[in-house]
Formats: sequence, structure tokens, C-alpha cells
Amino acid sequence: MSAVVPETTTANLVEVTHLKKWFPIRGGILSRVVANVKAVNDVSFGVKKGEVLGLVGESGSGKTTVGRTILRLIEPTEGTISFQGQDITHIPKNQLRSYRRKMQIIFQDPFASLNPRMTVGDIIAEPLVIHNLEGSAQARNDRVAELLQLVGLNPDHVRRYPHEFSGGQRQRIGIARALAVRPEFIVADEPVSALDVSIQAQVVNLLQDLKEQLGLTILFIAHDLAVVEYISDRIAVMYLGKVMELAPSRDLYLKPRHPYTEALLSAIPTPDPTIKRERIVLQGDIPSPINPPSGCVFRTRCRYAIAECANTVPELKEVSPGHFKACIRDDIPGLS
Amino acid sequence: MDEKRLVDVTDLKVHFFTDDGVVKAVDGVSFHIDKGETLAVVGESGSGKSVASLAMMRLIPNPPGKIVGGQVLFRGKDGKTRDLVKEDEATMRKIRGNDIAMIFQEPMTSLNPVYTVGDQIAEAIVLHQGKSKKEALDQAAEMLDLVGIPEPKKRLSNYPHQMSGGMRQRVMIAMALSCNPSLLIADEPTTALDVTIQAQILELMNKLREEIGMSILFITHNLGVVAEMADRVVVMYAGRAVEEADVVPTFKKPLHPYTMGLLNSVPRLDLAATHQQRLEAIPGNVPNPLNLPQGCAFHPRCKFFKPGLCDQDIPVLQDAGNGHMVRCVRWAEIQKGEVVGA
Ligand SMILES: Nc1ncnc2c1ncn2[C@@H]1O[C@H](COP(=O)(O)OP(=O)(O)O)[C@@H](O)[C@H]1O
Ligand SMILES: Nc1ncnc2c1ncn2[C@@H]1O[C@H](COP(=O)(O)OP(=O)(O)O)[C@@H](O)[C@H]1O
Ligand code: SF4
Ligand SMILES: [Mg+2]
Ligand SMILES: [Mg+2]
Repeated sequence: MSAVVPETTTANLVEVTHLKKWFPIRGGILSRVVANVKAVNDVSFGVKKGEVLGLVGESGSGKTTVGRTILRLIEPTEGTISFQGQDITHIPKNQLRSYRRKMQIIFQDPFASLNPRMTVGDIIAEPLVIHNLEGSAQARNDRVAELLQLVGLNPDHVRRYPHEFSGGQRQRIGIARALAVRPEFIVADEPVSALDVSIQAQVVNLLQDLKEQLGLTILFIAHDLAVVEYISDRIAVMYLGKVMELAPSRDLYLKPRHPYTEALLSAIPTPDPTIKRERIVLQGDIPSPINPPSGCVFRTRCRYAIAECANTVPELKEVSPGHFKACIRDDIPGLS
Repeated sequence: MDEKRLVDVTDLKVHFFTDDGVVKAVDGVSFHIDKGETLAVVGESGSGKSVASLAMMRLIPNPPGKIVGGQVLFRGKDGKTRDLVKEDEATMRKIRGNDIAMIFQEPMTSLNPVYTVGDQIAEAIVLHQGKSKKEALDQAAEMLDLVGIPEPKKRLSNYPHQMSGGMRQRVMIAMALSCNPSLLIADEPTTALDVTIQAQILELMNKLREEIGMSILFITHNLGVVAEMADRVVVMYAGRAVEEADVVPTFKKPLHPYTMGLLNSVPRLDLAATHQQRLEAIPGNVPNPLNLPQGCAFHPRCKFFKPGLCDQDIPVLQDAGNGHMVRCVRWAEIQKGEVVGA
């Protein structure tokens, strides 16, 4: 195993190296581990300070697990996580506090993630209380009002409850809560996937503005590549627990180099009935992460697979400046 | 009804009488579907797409719902045209089995978890075509083969939970098509699926449509899917159709400000090389169905809103030429460029 951390520079705010998360499946009367769900299986990447790194892939590819492992909400099986150049993989939970404040998460379902019995003001103030910030009640109230304004909500709404808000507004509340403690790094896990398109655009724009305004670094997780393309500086494409390709956003779309990315892009229906493209329809389903294919995990659905693909686990290697792919073939017309 | 027509819906109204008030889920919707045609109904959540299609099948839960007006003319396989709003339950049951079939977003809600998929498809065939169990099982295997399920004979003995989401949706399609319907209502059939699986299902539906020659009412909120599947499009907002046109003019020359806004807010990968790094969102939120804005329900979010005009009467659906229908009092001015959006 050679350590390949794409774009390893000191400018990385967050870095994961050979990250693995296997979920054990227990069975039998002795509850022994009978198999493992290889949710994240040797993933390495860095997120530069001030950038938005998009993480895309179909459901079950391991995106959420990567995001939550970075935040240490899930303990990694192997590999390292570093934040601001410091290895935080093994810092005991009770000493994680100062990192927790710097790293926050925004969830997909803004309803499930907000306590229905708390007022919006209390929901947003809660992290301030937990982290003992903005000491006085007055300072907290001011901060909450400021946050509501920041996310485009009326500060008069502090005494209302989540159910009084629409999906888009609830997502804004979730964002305000995440920003309350002035984090540097945000994991946004499918933050717009549950929203209608017109509202989705509002929230994407808001996140973009906040990133500029507050200098945030964001890991933006989504299964919708089109949304990710708008907000991300760079994008990592995951499949079955592995990163298949990583490149600057527009490069990835204009010149995909990995067969999976090519197929994924071609599967997205274009909102223009006059454009008829040749479509690569991938056959079959994603294999089980309990028993992923040997070699390249994509090979069972890849139209370019050769015998060798079953034997070699492709490394994520740089194929042009800043553009990485994990595929042993570099002779595929159109992809090389 | 015109020779080529299969369905003609006129002024359909479905209201829900709830404790909090009357939800006018569908409030005066008209559209038609020709034989062999795919009509897409598009709109954001809560716009009334599902309720409109359930009303056509007469599956509105009563109480609290009720079809309070309009007609749904449908030409049966027997050549007779009926108003489905007025038919009795026995006739509707026949129509639901033989003429109109439906598939949904989540196949698990319509598949029975305790029966094998073979038994479920066969049961539908026995019921509607009066075949023996043995013949029905053979036909079920053929249907699974038709919808692209590998080793169909073996799969007959699978239970739904043993299949992936994409496979289950194929089973639903097989079941729906087993009675050879003339109309397939597909309500967000690919919304819960990953894009690569969605591509498989859309390809399958297009193939089957050509082979079988049925009409499809395709309900979706995804404009990319609309562009891919539809011949014609109805755009719904807050229980009303605001625009109806052939698919190309819908995308290339939309007349209603809501349709324009919707198209602008969709992230466009095909424009990745040139687009701006910002999406054009529609401001505000979808209105509360219990308290719709006066006049044009879209007016609080519309950049062409004119006080005293748009917030008075509900605009009527007008023909802008060539059957391109639009429900906006200002559409002509907007088209001529006489008004600039705020
Ligand atoms: N707590 C868990 N126990 C067992 N398996 C899990 C657990 N969490 C996630 N998984 C599995 O790990 C894989 C990756 O899941 P996830 O990270 O949620 O993917 P994504 O976010 O890309 O959809 C899936 O196969 C999922 O079923
Ligand atoms: N059983 C019901 N009782 C009350 N309101 C309902 C019921 N079913 C649907 N509605 C309301 O009807 C409206 C239209 O819903 P629906 O047709 O499901 O929208 P769509 O399919 O476009 O997302 C919504 O406001 C919804 O809340
Ligand atoms: S009627 Fe007025 S408010 Fe409604 S869409 Fe037309 S211009 Fe906009
Ligand atoms: Mg996830
Ligand atoms: Mg619906």
C-alpha cells in the first residue's frame, strides 16, 4: 500500500489517509463477527482550507460514513484523520471537545434533525450552551438573532417551533445551528436532497454565500452530481467504499477519466428535450459491500473491464495536474 | 371524444375536508392524453400531482377527500367512453385491472411482503384474465423476462425483500403490464432510485411503450426525466395546471413565470462549461394549501407580479397558440418583452 493523498499540502485543513470503516455483522448464538460491511475501504483525500470538496456517489457508496468518521461520530477501523495538521484519530472522546466546536454537520432531513419541542431560538443556542460560548443570556440572544439573519430568516422567529416552517426554512435553521459555534469545517450531508428544486437552489446559493463570507471549508455530500458541480471546487466520486476519481469540478464533468464517472454522468437526464445523447446504461445493481468484487470494485459493471481488473486494486493516481483516477487502464479512448 | 384521445380530464376538482379547513388539492385541472402518448405532469411536492392521478383511478380516500367536480372521460378497451367520476365501484375495479395500471415511487408499499413475486403477478393474471394458476405463472415468468429480470423462472420464487429497489420496480412494472393496460400511470417511479438504476428503468419504460403501444401518465418533479420521457407536459402549481404544451416548447419557450423559474433553478450539468456559478432560485416558499394567495397562487414569488392585476381573480387557462396553454394574465406582455422581471 502506498500512501496517496491527493494534493497533500500543508494547506489541507482536513486530511484522511487510508481510511477504513468496516461495520461488523454478528451472527450465531455467540454473536461472533461473521462478516463485515466494508462501508469505507481505504480512502485518502484532503480538503484544502476554504474549499468545498464535493463527495458524490450512489446510495451505499460510503459517503455518509466518510463524513461521520471525519467528525469522529463513528470510530474508524483503520487509517488516520487529521485536522489542521494534527492527527485526531485517537484523541480520546473527552478531549475531542475543542475539535467538535470547529467541525459541525448539516443533515439531509431538516425535520428529523431538529427537536420538535424546542423553539428555534433554543435550537440554535444549544451548541452555544454546550460549548459555553457567548456567556450571558443577552449575548446568546444577540448571536441567535445574528445567525437567523445570516441564513435569511426573520429574527422575530426565535420563539416559533420547527413545524411552523417549510422544508427550506428548516434547513436554514439547521445551518444556523451548525454555524452558531463559528466552526471552520462543515460536513454537509445531502443538505438539499429532500428539498424541491426551487428551494434547493436557494439553499445551495446560501451555502455558497456563507462559504465566501465566513471562509468556511465544506465537505459537501450529495448523490446529485449536478448540484455538487455548482458548489464544489473539487469533487471526489465514490463507489463501493472507494474513491474512483478526484478532480477539479469542471474537469470532472468536461473530461471524466474514470469509466464509472463517465457512466454516472451519462445516466443523468438532461433537462433539454432537444439534446439526445448516447447513453451508457450500467447493467445490474451495485454489488454488496459485504463481499465487494476483487481487484477493481467497479469491474462487474464496467464496459472496459479486462481480465487484469479482477486482480489488481487500482491506486488513485494523478493522471493530469490535480486530476486523479483509480483505474488500471490508461488506454481507453475518450478517457485517457 | 376525438378518435385519437384516450383520456380527457376536464375541470377536475378534488378537495380534502380536514379539521383545519378545506385543502383544494386539485382545483380545476384539465388535460388530455392521446393514444400512445406520454404526458408528464410536473410540479413541486404538494402541487396535486398524485391526488389528480388517484382521482382518475377513483382512489381518493373518502373521508376526508372528495371529487367535487369535473369529469374524466376514458375510452375503455371495449371501445366505450365513460366518465370515470360517475362510474360505480364494480366498473372501476374492472377498469383498474384491465385498462389502467399504476406504479408508484416505492414498490414495497404495493408489493405484499409475505407472497413471492411470482404468486403476486400470477394472482393479478388469474383475477383479470381468468387463466389457470399454471398458465398465469408461465405468463408471470414471461413478464419478468420482458422487464429485463435475469433468470425469470428462478426469480418467481423470490420475496420482494430479496430484491433490490430497481428489481422491485421492474416487478411492479411487470405486474402493471400483465393486464395489458392502455394507460399506465407512473407516479414518481424512479424518484427513490439511484441515477444509474433510474436510467435502466426509463430505458425499459420507453422500450415497453413502443412495443406495447400504451399511453403513459408520467408524474415527476424531475425536469430531466420529463425531457427524456414526455411528448407533452402539464406543469402544476398549488393544485392547478399553470402551463401545458408539447415537450420542446415547454423547455425552449416556456410562457408561465413559474415554469421559467423552475427551469432556471435546475442545476445544469450540460452547461458546465459556460454556466455561472450561481443558480437562479425562485424566492419564497410553496404556499400553504389551506391559505392560498388570492388571484394567481404564484404571485408572491413571481418576478412579474403586478399588484392590482395578479392578486385579483384566478387567471384563466388561455391558449397561446398551437394548443400551448398558459394560466398567467401577463403572459403576452412578458413574451413581447414589455415587462421586465423585478
Ligand atoms: N451502522 C451501520 N451498520 C452496518 N452497516 C452500515 C452502517 N452504516 C452504514 N452501513 C452500510 O455501509 C454502506 C455505506 O453506507 P453510507 O455511508 O450511508 O453510504 P452513502 O451515504 O453513500 O449512501 C452501506 O452499505 C450501508 O448499508
Ligand atoms: N389524505 C389527505 N388529507 C388531506 N390532505 C391531503 C391528503 N392527501 C393529499 N393531501 C393534500 O393535497 C395536496 C396535494 O398533494 P399531492 O397530490 O400528494 O401532491 P404531489 O403529488 O404533487 O406532491 C397537498 O397539499 C396534500 O397535503
Ligand atoms: S399572473 Fe402575475 S403573478 Fe401570476 S405568474 Fe403571471 S405575472 Fe406572475
Ligand atoms: Mg448518505
Ligand atoms: Mg406525489
